[in-house]
Amino acid sequence: MAIEFRHVSKTFPDGTTAVEDFSLSIPSHETTVLVGSSGCGKTTLLRMINRMVDPSSGSILIDGEDISGIPPVGLRRRIGYVMQNSGLLPHRTVADNVATVPMLTGVPKRKAREDALALLDRVGLDRGLAKRYPAQLSGGQQQRVGVARGLAVDPNILLMDEPFGAVDPIVRDELQQELLRLQGSLGKTVVFVTHDIDEAFLLGNQVVILQRGGRVAQVGSPKEILANPANDFVADFIGAKRGKRRLTAEAGASGDEVLLVDAAGYAAGVITAPGGRLELATAGSSPKSRSVSNKTDQAGDA
Amino acid sequence: MILLLQGVAWLLDPANWADSATPGLLSQLLGQLGITLASIVVAVVVAVPLGVLIGHTGRGRLVAIVASNAARALPTLGLFSVVVIALTLDPQWLAPVIPLALLGIPPLLAGTYAGIEAVDGQVVDAARAMGMTEWQVLLRVEIPLGAPLIVGGLRAAVLQTVATATLASFYGFTTIGNSILLGPDSNQYIPMIGGSLLVTVLALAIDGLFALLQRSSAPRGVSRGARRTTNAARGRFITSPAGTPISRGN
Repeated sequence: MAIEFRHVSKTFPDGTTAVEDFSLSIPSHETTVLVGSSGCGKTTLLRMINRMVDPSSGSILIDGEDISGIPPVGLRRRIGYVMQNSGLLPHRTVADNVATVPMLTGVPKRKAREDALALLDRVGLDRGLAKRYPAQLSGGQQQRVGVARGLAVDPNILLMDEPFGAVDPIVRDELQQELLRLQGSLGKTVVFVTHDIDEAFLLGNQVVILQRGGRVAQVGSPKEILANPANDFVADFIGAKRGKRRLTAEAGASGDEVLLVDAAGYAAGVITAPGGRLELATAGSSPKSRSVSNKTDQAGDA
Repeated sequence: MILLLQGVAWLLDPANWADSATPGLLSQLLGQLGITLASIVVAVVVAVPLGVLIGHTGRGRLVAIVASNAARALPTLGLFSVVVIALTLDPQWLAPVIPLALLGIPPLLAGTYAGIEAVDGQVVDAARAMGMTEWQVLLRVEIPLGAPLIVGGLRAAVLQTVATATLASFYGFTTIGNSILLGPDSNQYIPMIGGSLLVTVLALAIDGLFALLQRSSAPRGVSRGARRTTNAARGRFITSPAGTPISRGN
């Protein structure tokens, strides 16, 4: 399920232009992350894929078919959608929330509920939570239910709009790992929107860095972008310009572990260097590094 | 005080409930309820669809507010007189129903659109993004979640109508007003007090009934957890109703 944007523009009735002449091709079975600051049009772009927003001009194709000819309701029912703050229906139980879309499409209630329980397993939730209401869950649990609901009709495309933006860093880390694990086994075409560049680099096979007005600053794999930022904007956005991505070994560390600091002097992590010699990564072994925070998980890629 | 007790005693006297030359209390009570019911049905038919439409689309809210407030300022008795005297209506029972319905519409309209409008926009957006049609969004999300406020509007409308229906007896319709109007007309103050008490008790009883209905109209999962939702959304530690702590992100 490849998605293609062709010269898409969007001007809202109030005159603001969210997106101007945006073209992008999103490969199937991979995760593409749209990343940019607030107001760069990333959410508008995402919502165009399930026709929650219709472009003012240009076209969007899913597997070569122009979606402007597909009725929105039918289109949305075969595309998974996960949003920030979960958007769960507060008056329905967890199981009913997950079963909502299958039941809209005519799956019998009993079967939809059974499938919902299996989906709860899949996203790492206890089946005992099935009868709870959303307000009785923690933020992280709600997001997991949101992901389960997005997967309920087994869609080929999964749209995720800053799904982990409102949970604390530890839960976010768990949810990101869970998504990577899920995506490893499901291979959906995931389009993920975030303003967090580290999240983008962690989750994305393809990362699209957006400037205001939906202008593409750079498209590429995380490694390509880190190694060759296309311009100052990208370099600044990914933190390379401020030296956040350039780590140096701090002299004077004891034992086999050497402290790594970024250009600002912030202790970013440690790396194992037996006898003061750094082992370079080879196919079989990699140097054991440990980050102070997930902020620098990608630092080794630079 | 003695008059009040006499009024109670008059109310408790079965002879006053039976019809004699004039309609008894039972007929008056049924007349009052009948006029109220008819008026509320008309008000619901007009105000609820309109309120739902305004709440769902967000359009025409200003018009609704202005019209509601203007209608609230209408003098009730004057409205009655105009409708009953100026219009010759067929069937005749429409005469008190139209002004009473006009009185019931503003609170019902306000409650309905406020109820629909108060539903969390993100929830509605999510429902639409999942592939619900506009009707499904309305019937499965907005109306259930807005129900407490809609029933609240109905409660206000019914309370006002059931009390005001008393006035219909000015124009020859049988309501509890028959007993009350005896007082000024022929110095029969005991039926007047008894009738007033009956209207008061009736209004309070119906209001109490609707209070219960309003409470039970809150969907499960929302009534107890409205505040928790925001806490949970912020990822704070919350406790399940059973008292067992829920660990984060499980």
